[in-house]
Amino acid sequence: MKRRYDVVVIGAGPAGMAAATTCANAGASLLLLDEQDAPGGQVYRSIEQPGLVDRDVLGPDYYKGEELVQDLRRSQVEYVPSATVWQVSPEREIAFSVNGASQVVSARQVILATGAQERPFPIQGWTLPGVMNVGAAQILLKQSGMVGEGAVFAGTGPLLYLTARQYIRAGATVTAVLDTTPISNYWRALARGFDGLSGWESLRKGLQWKREIRAAGVPIVEGVTGLRVRGDRCVRGIDYCQHGRWLHLSTDHVFLHQGVVPNINLTQSMRCAHEWFPRQLCWRVVTDAWGRTSLPGVAVAGDAADIAGAACAPHRGVIAALGALQQLGRISNQDRDASAAPHRRALAREERFRRFLDQLFQPSESFLVPRGADVLVCRCEEISAGRLREVIAIGCEGPNHLKSYTRCGMGPCQGRMCGLTVTQVLAAELDRPPAAIGYYRLRQPIKPIGLGELAALAQVEAPAPVAFRSKVGAS
Amino acid sequence: MFRYIDAARHGARLVTITIDGVATTVRAGETLAAALLQSGRPDSRTTAVSHQPRGPFCMMGICFDCLVSIDGWPNQQACMIRVREGMRVERQEGCGCIPLGTDALPGGNDEASL
Repeated sequence: MKRRYDVVVIGAGPAGMAAATTCANAGASLLLLDEQDAPGGQVYRSIEQPGLVDRDVLGPDYYKGEELVQDLRRSQVEYVPSATVWQVSPEREIAFSVNGASQVVSARQVILATGAQERPFPIQGWTLPGVMNVGAAQILLKQSGMVGEGAVFAGTGPLLYLTARQYIRAGATVTAVLDTTPISNYWRALARGFDGLSGWESLRKGLQWKREIRAAGVPIVEGVTGLRVRGDRCVRGIDYCQHGRWLHLSTDHVFLHQGVVPNINLTQSMRCAHEWFPRQLCWRVVTDAWGRTSLPGVAVAGDAADIAGAACAPHRGVIAALGALQQLGRISNQDRDASAAPHRRALAREERFRRFLDQLFQPSESFLVPRGADVLVCRCEEISAGRLREVIAIGCEGPNHLKSYTRCGMGPCQGRMCGLTVTQVLAAELDRPPAAIGYYRLRQPIKPIGLGELAALAQVEAPAPVAFRSKVGAS
Repeated sequence: MFRYIDAARHGARLVTITIDGVATTVRAGETLAAALLQSGRPDSRTTAVSHQPRGPFCMMGICFDCLVSIDGWPNQQACMIRVREGMRVERQEGCGCIPLGTDALPGGNDEASL
């Protein structure tokens, strides 16, 4: 392994794979770091070795990832799996951990393709064993070929229905789908009807998923306005509110989903400029047309910037790569612009439909800002919405202030599971826009590492502490 | 409870691990979190603050609710680690303790948390 690269790409999902392959094919020295032990990201998780044989269960969209991985494997990309990046400095020194040993490399250009995470869904009982994100249930299906019997899927967004349908195709029984999409969203989205029609094929697919779920005898309950998970040591059931009436379903598994949001921990910890993105109700890093952030030589590609989905991610990866190649002097401005043009056209086609989806699946305020005082917001430090409101009432004005009052956001997940909720609770209580509230001031390391590992890194100046090398495609 | 959809798949190599001292057979290459889930109990730890049970939640390394102790080392993310033959896994209580006398912790510290 070298100490210095032209480009280091972080994240081997669709955006990262496309960015890495594009740079390497243009002759740049390229290191691709990824936390998982196989390429694909979350959307194409385990694509080289899926946990199930029948391709109809996950459907053709999943297997689109095969081509991206094959392109990566054929390239000269130096790919290091199971690498947890815990620090990137503004000077583009990248520290990462593999198997309990850390090392540092430097890059002339960095492309961050760290993807998305599920939006927090703070309801009563969401910490009980047996409650998982829908994305987690889907990962278990993709990677392990595993299903939880009799599950309830609750929330809003395409992934909810896609995964419920995959479950049915896998032969699992599903107790119900509880849809929390506010009814008013349908009218607002309808006003964007023309944008909706631009994604006719996707709309048709979504309606087909619903038909398939109903045909399997699974009830779809729409207009759900309240949820609470029941159980003592683990999930025993879920209560839901429809038309003002609370009803109960027995189940061992509750899968929650209300969309995905960019994973901003790395860019926040690097102090890249961020902004509130009202359309997707989340923070996003400020980028230009090439994905470049406010820090020189640091670009972001794919859903780590804002949510556009897996179909757009490779295009966004290529565009960021072209920007980096131009910065390195490997291609001219004209070549860069010409090569990017078809990708920009593809993105423009998707953009209109994304606006429609954002409108349709915007989560209801009641599931973003928990009303119940005992609902946990910070899962790590077990800080409830009621406790947050108490300290806001006595003068706490921002997320960092709140952190020092309550320890909210100071556990091992480093605010990933509570940060957005905290911004939105503060905004609601203080009647200010989220942009005026801000976010946690995150610090590196962005993932926990052992002190011994840190000490070993300080002692070893020149050579890498472990000899691992996973250069692919060069044989 | 989680189950394999192709329970009778032939050729799946098996390894034996212990979970809280009980020998359990799981498919080789499985993530430890998936192995815990199919063992019949959805919990993987109790919390450090109020000792409430938690289980795997995100399966992608961000929620830190699947922390377990592996071969005596606490605070390991079960969703990010593959099972190995002979792996000794304990559901973690609270912040997780490293037993006295562990070589890796000179100075007599008997407790380590994240």
